[in-house]
Amino acid sequence: MPFARGVLHRVQDQEDERLSELVITLAFVVSVLAMTFRMAVPLIFGTVGEAFAERSGVLNLGIEGMMLMGASVGYLVSYHVGDNWAGVAAAALAGASMGLLMAFLTVTLGAQQHVAGIGTTIVGSGLSFYIFRLGVPLVSGIPPTVTPFPELNIPLLTDIPVLGPVLFHHQALVYVALTTVLISAFIFYRTRFGLIIRAVGENPRAADTAGIDVFRVRYICLILAGALTAIGGSWLSIAQSRFFLPGMTYGRGWICIALVVFGYWSPLRILGGALLFGGIDALQLSLQAVGVEIPYQLFLMLPYVVTILALITVSRRAKAPAALLKPYRREE
Amino acid sequence: MDLPFKVEKRPPAPLWLRVTAPIISVVAALAVCSAFILYAGVNPLYGYYHLFAGALGSTLGLSETFVRFCPLLFCGVAVALAFTAKFWNIGAEGQLYAGGLAATFFGVSFIGAPSALIIPLMFVSGFLGGALWAAIPALLKTKLKVDDVVTTLMGNWIIWYFTSYLLTGPWKNPVTVWPESPAIAPTAEFPILVPGTRIHLGIPVALFCAFIYFLIYARSSWGYELKAIGANPKASNLMGINVTRGLVTVAILSGGIAGLAGVSELGGIHHHMKTDLSFGFGYTGIVIAMLGGLHPIGVTAAAFLMSVISTGSQVMYRVTGVPYPISQVIEGMTLVCLLLGVFFTEYRIRRTRD
Amino acid sequence: MMGTGGVVVEMKGIVKRFPGVVANDHVDLDLRSGEIHALLGENGAGKTTLMNVLYGLYRADEGIITVNGRQVTLGSPKDAIDLGIGMIHQHFALIPPMSVTENIMLVSKSEGILTNPKQVEEAVSELCERYSLRVDPKARIWQLSVGEQQRVEIAKALYVGANILILDEPTAVLTPQETDQLFNTLRQMKKEGKALVFISHKLDEVLAISDRITVLRKGKVVSTVDASQTGKIELAKMMVGRDVVFRLSKATVQKGAEALRLEGVSALDDRGLQALKNVSFSMFEGEVLGVAGVAGNGQRQLAQVLTGMRKPTAGRIFIKGRGITSFTPADLLELNFGYIPEDRIDSGAILDLSVNDNLILKVYPSLTKGLFLDRSAVAKYAEGLIREFDVVTPSGDSPAKTLSGGNIQRLILARELSLEPRIIVASQPTRGLDVGATEDIRRKLLAERERGSAILLISEDLEEIMSLSDRIAVLYEGRIMGIVPADRAKIEEIGLMMAGTSVKSDEEAG
Repeated sequence: MPFARGVLHRVQDQEDERLSELVITLAFVVSVLAMTFRMAVPLIFGTVGEAFAERSGVLNLGIEGMMLMGASVGYLVSYHVGDNWAGVAAAALAGASMGLLMAFLTVTLGAQQHVAGIGTTIVGSGLSFYIFRLGVPLVSGIPPTVTPFPELNIPLLTDIPVLGPVLFHHQALVYVALTTVLISAFIFYRTRFGLIIRAVGENPRAADTAGIDVFRVRYICLILAGALTAIGGSWLSIAQSRFFLPGMTYGRGWICIALVVFGYWSPLRILGGALLFGGIDALQLSLQAVGVEIPYQLFLMLPYVVTILALITVSRRAKAPAALLKPYRREE
Repeated sequence: MDLPFKVEKRPPAPLWLRVTAPIISVVAALAVCSAFILYAGVNPLYGYYHLFAGALGSTLGLSETFVRFCPLLFCGVAVALAFTAKFWNIGAEGQLYAGGLAATFFGVSFIGAPSALIIPLMFVSGFLGGALWAAIPALLKTKLKVDDVVTTLMGNWIIWYFTSYLLTGPWKNPVTVWPESPAIAPTAEFPILVPGTRIHLGIPVALFCAFIYFLIYARSSWGYELKAIGANPKASNLMGINVTRGLVTVAILSGGIAGLAGVSELGGIHHHMKTDLSFGFGYTGIVIAMLGGLHPIGVTAAAFLMSVISTGSQVMYRVTGVPYPISQVIEGMTLVCLLLGVFFTEYRIRRTRD
Repeated sequence: MMGTGGVVVEMKGIVKRFPGVVANDHVDLDLRSGEIHALLGENGAGKTTLMNVLYGLYRADEGIITVNGRQVTLGSPKDAIDLGIGMIHQHFALIPPMSVTENIMLVSKSEGILTNPKQVEEAVSELCERYSLRVDPKARIWQLSVGEQQRVEIAKALYVGANILILDEPTAVLTPQETDQLFNTLRQMKKEGKALVFISHKLDEVLAISDRITVLRKGKVVSTVDASQTGKIELAKMMVGRDVVFRLSKATVQKGAEALRLEGVSALDDRGLQALKNVSFSMFEGEVLGVAGVAGNGQRQLAQVLTGMRKPTAGRIFIKGRGITSFTPADLLELNFGYIPEDRIDSGAILDLSVNDNLILKVYPSLTKGLFLDRSAVAKYAEGLIREFDVVTPSGDSPAKTLSGGNIQRLILARELSLEPRIIVASQPTRGLDVGATEDIRRKLLAERERGSAILLISEDLEEIMSLSDRIAVLYEGRIMGIVPADRAKIEEIGLMMAGTSVKSDEEAG
């Protein structure tokens, strides 16, 4: 926290303990808020991707595997090519292929979506580990690191006290995530394609008779979901940890499944939820870092508990896309 | 999409096809994964030879296969039972941990008690732990119409984090740095049935559960009710079948059996409660249940096959260097190929004439 | 004729096969601009299939389709829409949570990426003017009545420039007055030179509205005639292939004790709206009480209340004099109720189970040996039922889904009627069945009547109600508008009641 350190020096010069305490607390809060955005990135990508999939009527349980693949591929390509963006692009490609697999299974074959998703996740999980083992040498059990993206310094904006470090001093991918939210909201509510997606998810038969290619829409949405999720995964390995560890998503993909419900399938609400969950994560990590003894696992449990509570309330209002989970077949 | 062929439903496939389809799926999965083995610079046939020979060809290999067979069979049966009634129990993994936690309590606290008391106590408490953990999503589904897939899935992580909390906090083993519980009582450790191996009491118990499942599925009137509920809960309700009671009961039984998997790993292998008590056995259980067509005999065979692949992959790694995670890839691919196979038993593709 | 123009659509030699049946067997059809062409036939004659081929939903196995003189291949509805063909199905292709405007934007051919609701609203208003439709562009579909939804469908088709419009059984869900409104709209469209196809099985309407009529029977064209040169009896004969008896011969049965009584029963539907309002009537042993009415007036909720699937918000139900306000399906078993549900695939049978397993659904606890099912007892029991009720199936172990619709219904009847129920609720029992199955089922119901059961027959088929019932009650918006004895019932009277006019009769009305 360079900003906080700078302030701290000035304060110590004045030997005012009360003020220094206040400043430390403020610095802590600022750091947690800034971290919130970083923690929220994979959730944003994954959940927005999932929103596309579910709005078109497919529950994508392959999300955890897609995120892991994104993390693994992103890291490996970034390491070998030496370019982080190449890693992100490769991750997107890997995720898109998995989305294609999911689409083939659920849309063309009409398989049960839960089962297809679990299968895809198991494949993705195993494969992410597999290529990692083949892809990098381990030095006493630790993989080599990659350099994360530089944190952007936006002229004028970064220097604003408090808001600067919280909002305007992030790696580029953070802003890509936020832009993705805005673009998705626009697509869903202002474009023809968004209308079509929603129609396919509510009443595919009606969409079909309207001349819409239901299969193609679902394929596109799933491929998009895979790509976005994988990009979120690549953030974890490239930008956050700087390397890949098997299973490093720790269930974030499943949190996205939860977040989609929590956010009523709407990109802007999803952003709010992602920031909330990201904030909880940031808070528990930061508290641990400054030495506060907390049962951090109970914090980490929170998103899952909150999801179940959210599901209980949402069920009552049934705002889910009506055709979710039902494969579509024209009765030939 | 305007393709030059169309998909049409075919009359229900004959039995021989429904039995061979899973076998073909496994072969197909192995074929697809040979590409990945090739990528590792190893001849797939050479690799697979060591996989199967390693798992089946030596006493050590075979015994380890059986050791892995124990939790996989438990989980496979648990998931298959639930899936029959279309209770989508994705939470076998969590129920396994719940069972393990419950059994740990008794295993650690009752030092000095005789085996004849403490081991059954662990089994019973483990069953109840898993049963309880499955009952919650079941009640949410039947009373509040909450989707069982997501709740069982979330449950896995809630209990796992809780386990982690216990094992780094109140239940931490003071002797080591690892997140694990203190050792269970020596009398709580399962007896080894075949000297020189790790084959323990859990394995016959698992087989017994599979046998119970067989009785339920193939013979009992309750099994008939479950199938009716799974196939059409609306009509079943109309016929006077108590769908809620059926679903909750099946969830309890399913969760309990998955809990027994946790008990077995605790008492038979690890003797401490650990955060890595399971290596995704609950999820593998889903693959096993689907591969076995939900039928008890199929599930048992599928569980054994997955054990072979799991154990054999370790041998293949030691001999050829193909990374161990290939077993998970094969597992997932099997499920994918199975879905393809199921498709071909229900539909056929015909070229359209113009 | 009234200015019918040139041929716009020609279908020649259309063949369409499904597993086990030839739905269209070398069908020829031509449509002219400025005409209303009716496709007449019974359920299963192939009318909807043929039009689905024209609309691109199905691909014909053989045959040629020409539109405006050019031969075309219709691979999907998009192709049909591009050629100016529109279709309004029996089940509307509308998205309930979306607004009318959004639904119409879905089909518009606009190339833009952005949606433009204003433009659509203006165009829709203009269309409504021209064709005397009444549609509120901002309303959400789930808020609209069935008749209004149909108007949205028509507006939708016109918006994308349909010159050839196919309507599949459009009056099935309308009151007589709404039907008149629809006919006005159709005549307006005809004047503008559009070609309209009117699929129906209702002779009176077909004769009233069409210029030409093509009769289909069992997938083949029987004949194409001018409406002005034919009559009801001739058409009916073409439809069925033999002289149709419009009333089945019913034995006179002594009416017995009161079996069931509803007093002031009210209930809500799934959306929380009032579906049944203060419904009262009695049913007696040995009679068929027919409940007539246009679909959506509370019939479904009535069946649900009577079978324990829905709790009434007010009122009481008396079964054999004993008052019960709510009961579960398990209670029904005890009371020996027979229920033949409307959606047989959803609620009536369990398709993935075998025929035998379906037949024992109500009695399996008595076919057990301890905890286990006695398989041989099951087989014997089922075999008996299969024979007695003429269920056609390759074997008792075949999954129920391999059975035809008619045989599934026979299976359901076997399961229900074999227990000799005292009270039977039959909801749309012959919908979608072929002639043979229909007659079979009706005969079996009448046999139950002779045996002394009290039968509540809920049906949208007025002819069925009139031929089977002893008394006819009419449901309109959840209220009983009147109950009349069948032998004295006049169809105009019933039609009026179906449209909301109460008729004071000898019996208590709502």
